[in-house]
Amino acid sequence: MSMLHTVNKSPFEKDSMNSCLRLSADGSSILLIEDGVFAAQEGTVVSDSVKEAMKSKKVYALQEDINARGVQGKVMDGIELVDYAGFVKLVTEHDKVQSWV
Amino acid sequence: MAIEIDGKTIETDEEGYLVTLSDWDENIALELAKSENLEMDDARWEVVNFLREYYDEYQIAPAVRVLTKAIGKKLGKDKGNSKYLYELFPYGPGKQACKIAGLPKPTGCI
Amino acid sequence: MSVTKKFLYVNRRAPYGTIYAWESLEVVLIGAAFEQDVALAFVDDGVYQLAKGQDTKGIGMKNFSPTYSALGDYDINKIYVEKESLEARGLTLEDLQHLVWEDEDEDWAEKDSIQVVTSAELADLMEQQDVVLSF
Repeated sequence: MSMLHTVNKSPFEKDSMNSCLRLSADGSSILLIEDGVFAAQEGTVVSDSVKEAMKSKKVYALQEDINARGVQGKVMDGIELVDYAGFVKLVTEHDKVQSWV
Repeated sequence: MAIEIDGKTIETDEEGYLVTLSDWDENIALELAKSENLEMDDARWEVVNFLREYYDEYQIAPAVRVLTKAIGKKLGKDKGNSKYLYELFPYGPGKQACKIAGLPKPTGCI
Repeated sequence: MSVTKKFLYVNRRAPYGTIYAWESLEVVLIGAAFEQDVALAFVDDGVYQLAKGQDTKGIGMKNFSPTYSALGDYDINKIYVEKESLEARGLTLEDLQHLVWEDEDEDWAEKDSIQVVTSAELADLMEQQDVVLSF
């Protein structure tokens, strides 16, 4: 049982994702939602730092937000896509939720 | 506001436009036309159906200028002009035809 | 005779997460009634506004991406996308919708509306405008 972090801001526009990666403990989970899902994309200027984080943290992204933004098919390997029900399940499975807004 | 049809209540905004696009059917169009004092004939249906197709494709109700041009291209120059369209919809094809088609008021229509 | 001015709308936000993209599109469509010389620029996360394959059913919001295809009907045919912004996001022109306009003077020939430009080229374009609107 550990912490679930959610990030809802674009990694290209705000520092939320960076701060989350820097300040989340090993073994914690990160769920990308809304504009935060751009961090799940392959081949971007932030892909490497997300891949690095994935060695010690589990990264999820909300399928509905991925689809809305037309980036389905560009999600990097190792990121698990969840739907809204999966979002709720993640919340119940973790002790605490921290939102990086 | 609302209109009553076949025992159902259909919600409209304060200017009489449908609130929910998917509520629309041909009976409702006839009712909306009545509220504009317009009789639905083939020529009016043609414009109303054109607008619904336009909305389906682009997700907007076009400005009158754009509607006129697009109708001219699809249905011919004799229909793609404001005289023809204003004869069918005297208070403006944008306002009246869009309302009857169940679309929102055209963006930028005042 | 009214004077035609050059207007450039600069779009820097992704769609759906904030209201900027939709607001900009509405202002562009309303502004088109004034028959000015209008161009659109998409930079930073704004490039996502033009992404192909947007499907908003799951988030319960209106998918307004098809509306960009109507811009040609509104005589808006100068759509600039910054190359550097695409590259930073791992995107290419292929990932964007194919937007066209029809040239009345050439028997309605279909022409591409989107031009990928470098930062330097876009900076020059901005210098040439009478009015720049930011969203």
